[in-house]
Order: sequence, then C-alpha cells, then structure tokens
Amino acid sequence: MLDMHEAGRAPATGTGNWALRVRNLRIELPQGGDIVDEVSFDIARGEVLGLVGESGSGKTTVGMALLAYARGGARITGGEIWINAAGGPVNILAHDGPALRRLRGAAVAYVPQDPASALNPALSLQTQLAEVLEAHEPGLSAAEKDRRIRESMDDVGLRGDAAFLARYPHQLSGGQQQRIGIAMAILLRPAVIVLDEPTTGLDVSTQNRILEVVRRLCDEHHIGALHVTHDLSVISAIADRMLVMYSGRVIELGSVADVFNRPHHPYSQALLSAVPELLSRSALVAVPGSPARPSERPPGCFFAPRCALAEGACQAAAPPLALCEPDHEVACHKAGAVATNAPMHLPDPDPVPARPVLDVAGLHVAYGRLKVLKGVSFSVHKGECLAIVGESGSGKSTLSRAIVGLVQGARPGLSFHGEALHPHARKRTTPQRQKIQYIFQSPFNSLNPRQTVASILGLVHDTFNRTGADERQRACIRALNLVGLPARTMNLFPDEMSGGERQRTSIARALLSNPEILVCDEVTSALDVSVQASIVNLLKRLMEEQGLTIVFVTHDLALVRNIAHRVLVLEHGVVAELGPVGQVIDHPAHPYAQELLHNARQGDLTLRVARQGEGG
Amino acid sequence: MLWRTIGLRLLLGVVTVLAVTVLIFAATNVLPGDAARAILGRAATPQAVAKLQAEMGLDRPLVVQYLSWLGGMVHLDMGRSLVTRGPVVDLIAPRFGNSLILLCITSAIVLPLSLATGIAMALTKGRGFDNIANTLLIALAGIPEFIVGIVLIVLLSTQVLSVLPPTSMVPSGQTVLGNPQVLVLPVMTLVLAILPYLSRLVRSALIDAMASEYVVTARLKGLPERQVIVRHALRNSLLPAIQASALSLGYILGGAVVVEFIFQYPGMGTALRDAVGSRDLLVIQAVVLIFACGYVLFNLAADVLSIIVTPRLRG
Repeated sequence: MLDMHEAGRAPATGTGNWALRVRNLRIELPQGGDIVDEVSFDIARGEVLGLVGESGSGKTTVGMALLAYARGGARITGGEIWINAAGGPVNILAHDGPALRRLRGAAVAYVPQDPASALNPALSLQTQLAEVLEAHEPGLSAAEKDRRIRESMDDVGLRGDAAFLARYPHQLSGGQQQRIGIAMAILLRPAVIVLDEPTTGLDVSTQNRILEVVRRLCDEHHIGALHVTHDLSVISAIADRMLVMYSGRVIELGSVADVFNRPHHPYSQALLSAVPELLSRSALVAVPGSPARPSERPPGCFFAPRCALAEGACQAAAPPLALCEPDHEVACHKAGAVATNAPMHLPDPDPVPARPVLDVAGLHVAYGRLKVLKGVSFSVHKGECLAIVGESGSGKSTLSRAIVGLVQGARPGLSFHGEALHPHARKRTTPQRQKIQYIFQSPFNSLNPRQTVASILGLVHDTFNRTGADERQRACIRALNLVGLPARTMNLFPDEMSGGERQRTSIARALLSNPEILVCDEVTSALDVSVQASIVNLLKRLMEEQGLTIVFVTHDLALVRNIAHRVLVLEHGVVAELGPVGQVIDHPAHPYAQELLHNARQGDLTLRVARQGEGG
Repeated sequence: MLWRTIGLRLLLGVVTVLAVTVLIFAATNVLPGDAARAILGRAATPQAVAKLQAEMGLDRPLVVQYLSWLGGMVHLDMGRSLVTRGPVVDLIAPRFGNSLILLCITSAIVLPLSLATGIAMALTKGRGFDNIANTLLIALAGIPEFIVGIVLIVLLSTQVLSVLPPTSMVPSGQTVLGNPQVLVLPVMTLVLAILPYLSRLVRSALIDAMASEYVVTARLKGLPERQVIVRHALRNSLLPAIQASALSLGYILGGAVVVEFIFQYPGMGTALRDAVGSRDLLVIQAVVLIFACGYVLFNLAADVLSIIVTPRLRG
C-alpha cells in the first residue's frame, strides 16, 4: 500500500462526471520487476471501458488493483486510483485497514470471473447477499435489508423471494450464478464496478443476456465499469471505449468504433485479424512469436520482436502513449502504419468426394438413465473437416469421445473402413486405435507435467514402432517440425511452454501415430485468439499436406466457417442438421440451427462492429 | 432429504457391523483348536473334549453357532470368560467405562486444541508461530507414542518432578474418576500423539480455503477479516478435520493399546492385551466387536456432520 499519497486529496480536475481516474499505476512482482507500469485511464459515469489483452498481459492484475488488491504476493507500488464515490473523490491506494475495507464493495465492487468458485458453496444466497449490507451499513433493519436485496435481484432479472434466496450456489445455473455475482456487486450502488471476464464459459445466448444486464445497470445507475476480457466480440457488444494491453503496458486506448475500424497499433491490428468471421471464410493471421513475459521483456518497445514494422527506433526507446487522432491514443513509433492487412476473404471449400472412412450408424450413449446420444447417424469422408456444433449439453463432446472409444455406456454403432469399431478403445485393434487420434480441449492438463516432451512423444513412437533411440529421436523431431515447433522443444517440460506450444505438442503427439482421423474437442477454447488462429491454420495445413481427416468439435460457429467442409448440428443427442458449411451457416433449415445461428450473429465481432458503424 | 441420507448411512453402518461380526466369528473359528480344547488343555481325552464341546454347543453347525453368538451379543450376553469363568460382560463393563472416560477427556482437550493450533498456524503461515509450531509438531509426530509416554513418566513422575503416579492402576473397588491423578499422563500422551496430525490437517485445509476464489470475493466485498476467516474460510475447511477427528476418536477407543499398556491403565486396550495373552477367545471377540462398533459410530457421526456443513451433499 502506498503511504506517500495523502488520503482525501482531490485530483486536480475536481468533481465532475467522472467515475474513475487511474494515474501511473505500477504493480511489482514479489521478486522485483513490474507486472504492469505506467497505466493511466479514466472512466466516466455510466461508461463501460473494455480492457482487452491476452493471457499474461496484466489485464486482470489491473482490474483487481482498482480495489487496491493484488494476488500472489504482488504489490501495488505506485500510482493513484481515484474513485468518485458518493462521499467525494477518494484515492483508494491511500487507504488501508478498516478504511480500505469500507471502500471495497461500497465505492468500487468486483464481479469475479468464475462464479462457480467465487460464490461460497456452504452459504445460502441470502447470507452472501445480506452480509454485504451488514458489513457496510450495520444497523439496517431486516425489512430494509430484504427490500434492498429484492431490488438488486430485480435489477439482474432474478427472483428475489425467500425460497429462491434460500438456495445454495450449486443449485443455480452458470448464468444465474453470474447474475448473483452482479447483484452482489451493485447492492451498495458503487461508483465503479470491475467485471473480470464475467461471461467466459457461458453459452452465447446466456452471455448476451448477461451483457445486456450489465449495460442496462451501468446506464440506469450511472456506474462506471471496467470490463476485463480477452474476447473482442464481448468488448464490441458492451463497451463504449476500449483499452488494449500488451505485456503490462497500455498500447492503445480509444472509442470502440475507432479502435476496431482504425486500429493504430500493430498488435491491435494483429488481434483483430486473428478473429474468425462468421459470414465468410478468411485467411486468419497469426502473430509470430509469443508474448514477452515480465522477466524477458526486450529493451525499447515490448512488441518490437514480433512486429513486422519494427526498426531501430523501436528497439532503442519505448514509445509513449500519445494522441493519434481525437480521443484515440496509441503507444507506437509507427502508429497508423499498416502492419497487418485486413484478412483476405476466401471462398467456402468445395465438398470432398463422398468416400466414407468413419460411419456412425444409430449411435446411442447413456450415462446411467440419462440418454446423451439418441441414435446419431452420419459419415465422415476422407480428407474433410467435419465440424460438430451445438450448445453445452447437446452431446457433442460425448460424441467425440465415443468416436475414440472413451465413454462408458456406448452401444455399438461405429465402423471404420467398413469394419465395426468396438465401443471401448481397449477392445479395438491396435491399427484401429492408431488411426483415430484425439486432441484434448485443455493442453494445460493433457500433457504429463513430470515428463519432457521427448519422453511424452517417445512413448507414443515406441507404442507403435520398434526402433533404436536415434530413429525415435528423428521421428519425434519430424512430428514437432510438422506442427511448427523447433527441435529444442524436446528438452522442455510442459510448464516451460505457452498454451499454444502445448497444444502444438499434443497435436504432434497425435501425429506420431500416423493417424487418418484427428478428433479435436474444443481444442482452441482455452487459448488466446491469436494462438487460436495459428492452431486453426496448422490444422488446415495438415489437412492439405497430410491428407488428414478432422472431426472438429466446437461451440464457435465463426471458427467452423473457417475450417470445416461440412457441419453437423447436434441438438440434445439428435442430429438436427448436416450439410456444407456455407449452406448451414448462411441458410440454416432446422429451427434449432436457426436459433444457434441467430445467437452467433448476435455475438459475431464483425457484425457487431458493422452494426455500431450504422449507429445502432 | 437430509433424514433420508442419514437413514441410509445408518443402514450402511449396521451392514458394516454385521460384516465385522462375521469376520470376527470366522477368524476365531479358523484358528486350530477350539474353546473346549483350550479349557481342558493338551492332556485332555477325546471323550472329555467331546463332552465339553456338546455342553458349550460347539458341535452344532457353524451357522447356528454364529447366530446364537450374535443373538447373545445383541442381548449383552457375551458368554463366560474361558479364564475367569465369570460372565464376559462383568469383566468388560468397567474397562469399557474407563476407556470411555479416557476418550471423553482426551477428545475434549485435543479437538479444540488442534482446531485452535491449526487456525493459529494457518493465519501466521510462513511466519513466527507457524514455523515454530510446525517444527515442534513434525518432531512430535516422528516420535512413537510409547516413547512420548516414557519421557512423560521420566519427567513428571520419577526423576525430574515426582508429582504424578507413573502407573494408572486403581485399587479394586475404585474408579479412575475417584483417582483423577491417574488420568493425567495417559491423557497427555494421547493428546500429544493426536495433536500433530489433527492440527496440521486443520492448518493445511484452512490455508487451502484462504487461497480460494470465494475468500478473495469475500475480501473484495469489504467484509471484516474476522468474518472472512470464520464464516467463509473456516467453515469450508472443517470437512477434512471432521473426518480425521472420527478416525482419531476410534484410535483412542481401540488403538490406544500401547498407551494403556505403558501406564497399566485399566481400559479396553489392556483388557484386549490380557485376553490375547491368555487366549480368552470370547473376551477377544467382544472387545474387537466394541472397537468396530466405535469406529462405525464415529464415522457415521462424522458423515452426518459433513452433510450438515456441506449443502452440496444434501442432494
């Protein structure tokens, strides 16, 4: 906590329509060195500022710092954070102890990322809501408390009756849990709320409803909001202005329309070009290299090593944040120059010849009494990418696991090259197991943390081949090169790699068994957008060069547009629609597919930006 | 819903105890020789053995023998001791009472003490009190309880200070409650044996809870730190402590044979040791069955308590 600033000193600009002023915020790691530095921005009353950045950019650290809180031993060592609270402007960093406690929740409130773990599982909703009032306004009568809680529940569109409030967090859906998180944050009508990725992990339709609630509450109650997210589409839906962070620094700040339409920083341009579009296939552009960690930052501009425009001046000195047009600031020596062209649009792919490799005929899967798949039939053709889409609970993940033989309770119904596949991987023949490989959703727990890449890959090689150490080494390096990783990756442990590198390693592991079919289960959903672009490009290249067949399970229809030949829409364990990608996305026939597409259009970045451009 | 769950656990407990009775009965019957031979000794004639077997009902089918033994247990008719020839119940009842007293006093001390120590350590994690207490507790955990007991005897009742009786033998006709000084050393030894285990468990559970997202949320809601700790963190960290407490109570009731032996404490542990020494089969059976019932009962209580503090388990 900062002692050199006096509590209660008003900022130079006086009290006006502002809600939050952050000046020169600096947060340091326990071992020294900064996570974020030189962060300054304002939020007006009723305004939503979107804060975007990739993992490690420091965006969540900045969000929590607004409540004078830092995680894991990090310390806020410099700057001022002024909040225009009901009792007058206050620098929250100048307070500690009980004074700070009284500001948290009342002047500035926090909506956590994952409500499932942020709500206390042992306490009822009533207790968790009422304790906010009790801590800040002791002496409130029971009737008044109930009235205030009901009002907040009303605000977020939930029932405020005693029966509902007596529930526990696990009895609510994910969307309801997040509404409780928001109700809790606005209970005391704070001047500022910090929303930390509040819609990550929710369905598009649930996500849209939550964003509407946040937007409406900020308008109605004149709350200034900082909305932290990695999802540019969310920003375009909810924010008035946006701030882009890279490696702990603000690199661009302006209105959402300005930044989306005229991104001045090469990194902002790259981020926008990496987002897949729903309505047309495009050549996604991935940023080369990986983000600079705080300990490995280069001198000068931190983005320079990955920047196509970088020159001597960029390595010599860090560019300051400066106006590039009215109300639009950027920190770049080459501001405004085009580093990444808008992505090139491509035609939808021609359908591949109908040569089935995998046939699914009337597949049933049940977990106990719960029927997850109820007679699913389709064929996967050689060399195609078949996308399987649906909302959570549609059975798409179960279907992908059934194909590789990983679910209990599957009935027979699969055949590979005309030969029946046993429901359980264990009972399949070695060539059958070898030819159908599976890539897991999260590369963070699908690689053994105690083994080097060499032993992770070597094990797969040895399972299917009998060779000496040299040949094993060559085969593993070949696989790594195929996925764009250098040979020295062999000596690394998984936690020494970034998320994208880990997912590439998982793909290399699958390729080592020389598969015909790769089953990819939400393989990019744990990754940042620029990393997602590079993985999608890799899979496309493998399809073309290696003749791989891909079954691609996802909830992201824009991603489907960019990779798939055909799309299968799954609704509650039944095939709702199956057809070429252009047809299903542009002219869905089945009502459920139409609803999915409607929601996807609502959430699509390009469409949102276009809508805003039209002034609506 | 809660009552249904509790009823189900109770039923499972009864099944467990029944399974234990089968095991005990089977184990004592597969041993070579039977009670009749044990009583009459090696020199007995086959006729004498057969006569006594018939008297004791040992010539009946095993299932019938088991059922009659089980029926006797239910009615607290545990048969007669092979050694003293007196009813087993009369032999065990006072011992059971003494063990129960030891159990109550020890747990009344060790449970709150472990909780307090664990909380204090968690709240000073990596600093003064935590470092000192942790070092001491780990050292203590490494010392077997019979050495702790002997050291206590040396310190408090012989060489250094001579304030307490080194053994807990009670004159016949008196209870341990009438001689409270004999309880001090056994209780101290048991407390020192259990404290490291329980308090370190509370410590790590509370540290985990303090690092959880809901504690961060509670802090950022502006709740007083005391409330963050007690209402949010502690409540969720009680679960492992409850289960571990049940195991500790079972240990005090039954497993403390060594501690009872050191101090010659007249409890179930020494009763079991004596019975094993003299091959008093019926006493062994009865004592082991009581131990098993104790474990089942404590775990049942722990399960019910867990359900009460964990809404998710209420189904």
